[in-house]
Amino acid sequence: MMKEGSAGERLFNGIIKENPTLVIILGMCPTLAVTTSAMNGIGMGLSTTVVLALSNLFIALLRNIIPDKIRIPAFIVIIATFVTMVDMLMKGFVPALYAQLGIYIPLIVVNCIILGRAEAYAYFNKPVSSFFDGLGMGIGFTCAITIIGFIRELIGSGAIFGNPVGNMPDFAATIFVMAPGAFFVLATIIAIRTKIINNMEAKKGETLSVKHTDRDADCATCAAAATCHGKFYDNTVKVSPENKEVKA
Amino acid sequence: MTFGSIMSILIMSMLINNVVLSQFLGICPFLGVSKKVDTASGMGGAVIFVIGIASAIAALIYKFILLPFGLTYLNTIVFILVIAALVQFVEMFLKKSMPGLYKALGVYLPLITTNCAVLGVVLLNVQNSYNFVESVVNGLATAAGFAISIVILAGLREKMKYNNIPRSFQGMPIVMFTSGLMAIAFCGFSGLK
Repeated sequence: MMKEGSAGERLFNGIIKENPTLVIILGMCPTLAVTTSAMNGIGMGLSTTVVLALSNLFIALLRNIIPDKIRIPAFIVIIATFVTMVDMLMKGFVPALYAQLGIYIPLIVVNCIILGRAEAYAYFNKPVSSFFDGLGMGIGFTCAITIIGFIRELIGSGAIFGNPVGNMPDFAATIFVMAPGAFFVLATIIAIRTKIINNMEAKKGETLSVKHTDRDADCATCAAAATCHGKFYDNTVKVSPENKEVKA
Repeated sequence: MTFGSIMSILIMSMLINNVVLSQFLGICPFLGVSKKVDTASGMGGAVIFVIGIASAIAALIYKFILLPFGLTYLNTIVFILVIAALVQFVEMFLKKSMPGLYKALGVYLPLITTNCAVLGVVLLNVQNSYNFVESVVNGLATAAGFAISIVILAGLREKMKYNNIPRSFQGMPIVMFTSGLMAIAFCGFSGLK
């Protein structure tokens, strides 16, 4: 096992163990919106990675100065600064990709992965490991949305990275590059992952995945989990027999 | 600006370009707070309230501060801070002067700061260079679209409790499939254009 907090351990954690998109199910908006092609996925992923790594680094550097009470606004200002920088750089150097991603570049500010990592990791850890935590999470996010983009592009427009494959475009199912396709592809990927983990668990007879309670699973998909710490969930969901359904 | 153009913004933002199902903004609360119809409608109400006020205030700030001083490159930073402050302010104001409304919306308000639909609508208003009235109408219509889709999804999820779902699809995957089918249904509205 790698040392806790080392660069390698952080990268592995972000890419495989706690992949933000496929395991924790965070940052759904860009995941579903921009994955009409693999290239868009890479572009969105890399810009998010830059923001994530740099904002984690700076939040970790400033963690002893930022007062506890106003940390969330402070995080948001730091994140928004980097997003604005990325936004301007992309507008200047890759205008075609910028036009494709459009409004989703400034919306990186409210991507829950970034605020989530700031709150859960960078605010309590050293700058170097925070930087690699951000980098690992970012690469994990990039891989996941590139895969989704690849699948949607292949089925929906019969192309790989914009190059048509044989006569695939004739059989393209356009619905996969439209909005509903995003939901279908992501749902299928998560279901396959659950299936694989369930099978492995059945074979080994031990628990591999982190078991979530109802509350964990619901809070994981919520953008505001960082600010509310589950208080909202406790207030609205009274545990009654009909609420105790089995969650994945 | 005519009545016709206002109506077309209303229909476009509410149904055709539905904020959740075709633009994928505000997916997190859409998936997270859609377990029961009453929580979903509470969330929908709070979103309508906040987006309405946020788009009005952001339109004023853009027109009278950012544009005249050539600060439009600060859009993102200014708007997100305005939204965060606004939500806090609205919460305090309601608590003090409208306890009834606060009781109904209270728990949902803090959740909205990080709802990307709010920032998304404000940025889209600027991008489409809407004037003040158009911005507010667009904001309210988008939020109404959000409320409609989250309430429908919550209704479906309440019924889904009694269905026998394959084990791998339990939880998030089946909710996403449902949303996908809803998105197909909403594609039908594009005929209204």
